[in-house]
Amino acid sequence: MTRYYQKEIETASPEQIREWQNERLLKTLQHVWDNNKYYRKKMIDRGVLVGDVRSVDDLWKLPFLTKDDLREAYPYGLMSAPLSDCVRIQSTSGTTGKRVVAFYTQADVDLWEECCARAIVAAGGTKDDVVQVCYGYGLFTGGPGLNGGSHKVGCLTLPMSSGNTERQLQFMTDLEATILCCTPSYAAYLAESLYEKGMRDQIKLKAGIFGAEAWTEEMRHDIEEKLGIKAYDIYGLTELSGPGVSFECEEQSGMHINEDHFIVETIDPETGRVLPDGERGELVFTSITKQAFPLLRYRTKDIAVLSREKCSCGRTFVKMSKPMGRSDDMLIIKGVNVFPSQIETVLMNKGLTSNYQIVVDRLGTTDSIEVKVEMTPELFSDTINSIEVREREITDALKSMLGIYAKVSIVEPKSIVRSEGKAVRVIDKRKLYG
Amino acid sequence: MSVKQLSVFAENKSGSLCEVTSILSETKINIRAFSVADTDKYGVIRMIVDDPRKAAYALSEAGKIVNVTDVVGVQITDETGGLDILLKTLAANGINVEYLYAFVSTAANAADVVIRVSDNGATEKILTEAGYTLISDIDIGKK
Repeated sequence: MTRYYQKEIETASPEQIREWQNERLLKTLQHVWDNNKYYRKKMIDRGVLVGDVRSVDDLWKLPFLTKDDLREAYPYGLMSAPLSDCVRIQSTSGTTGKRVVAFYTQADVDLWEECCARAIVAAGGTKDDVVQVCYGYGLFTGGPGLNGGSHKVGCLTLPMSSGNTERQLQFMTDLEATILCCTPSYAAYLAESLYEKGMRDQIKLKAGIFGAEAWTEEMRHDIEEKLGIKAYDIYGLTELSGPGVSFECEEQSGMHINEDHFIVETIDPETGRVLPDGERGELVFTSITKQAFPLLRYRTKDIAVLSREKCSCGRTFVKMSKPMGRSDDMLIIKGVNVFPSQIETVLMNKGLTSNYQIVVDRLGTTDSIEVKVEMTPELFSDTINSIEVREREITDALKSMLGIYAKVSIVEPKSIVRSEGKAVRVIDKRKLYG
Repeated sequence: MSVKQLSVFAENKSGSLCEVTSILSETKINIRAFSVADTDKYGVIRMIVDDPRKAAYALSEAGKIVNVTDVVGVQITDETGGLDILLKTLAANGINVEYLYAFVSTAANAADVVIRVSDNGATEKILTEAGYTLISDIDIGKK
């Protein structure tokens, strides 16, 4: 039986959701207009006044916000509430450049934690569960978000933070954790370590909530099988609050966006034109319940598809697909768009470990891409010929997926550095030359 | 009758052979035959040792990728043309050799040859019928 954290909201009728959105959008827009000079100026520059937006249908009239705006307005420029009302800051992990800082009032923190609580309940969490949070705690939103959500559900919460794998495994088994929250690459690493230490049969995990980095269906199956759990995806951005902007239900076929807090649009990343649901485009979010740091039409750079098909879990919130890639992650190699997730799919299909690294380089004017994978017992053979045949199969599969040749290099097991936070999958040496 | 051969993956970089030999040395394994096949990217170390199971366990515990393969072991006379006659016999019977390595035997006037083929049974039958003595990994390097 499906359980909900806030049933009446999560299963509200589309009309009801639209009514909340209309009302909250206008309220937020007025709040931003009155309190935020930066966005007011952007609106005026675009010739839009606060009265020009009367409902969600007029959303397109508003200017976009991007990460560049956040950097430009750093640190206080995009706040819409006085600092004295704020109780918290969080910051992005800085993987794609200068950090950005987001501010929260107590009400903002509560709503954010509520969103995370919905995700935990959707993954089967109840007050009887023991939730092990090994996302980083601190400026990164992963730890604090799931920690707060877990408290709201009433679970016993293990605030492990990231790293110290020995201790993670010890608490996981000694305290019988049932739900694991971390990055998917760290979950894979924990699974590997459990097997190595012969502790696999000592765990009581039933579910995992994994986010903060791109992962594929193949990686999900791999983690589910190794840990004997159901693995759920969760999505969010610090700029919008953190994890919990959307989350997966038992159907595991996309993440329900918390539409009572966020309005989502997909746009053509080139032209900015709004696309109909079902078309692949860049996700744009408008937060409609935040006080301190409400962002209007924030461009995420995440490419995904929205689906309004009825979900068997009973939730009525729109579902977004797993982001197919971040336009930040997207590599342009020999003029071809390549997402690291495509490479991961090929490797997992070939039964290779999820530990890999992509090295992009430029020799003269020609780009090259090298995929480093670790040798596995399945790939290895005493005859060079057999290894080469398997290597060629990988090269061919990559070629047909990417459309360009990628060199495959097989390296010693465990020679690619394991990550305890966001994995460093791509090394783009071209950037070193400016 | 077969020879248990260990093969280990090694990246092309200094010290990778030594890593393997030190693990075996620490485990008190005696290497009886050792050969390396290499490409420009990596190598495959092939070995006959005195305790293949113990060696394979120690190497995989140390994080190495190890295979244990049954290969054919045969004794030939240590004289001009010895290997040539053996290979002619195999070729005449349509046996394709993937790789082989040979070394002087501890038995008088003999050499041991380790052969990798796709069908061990058929090869062993052909060799026995041609009058060759098959050997196992226990015979190789035996004092």
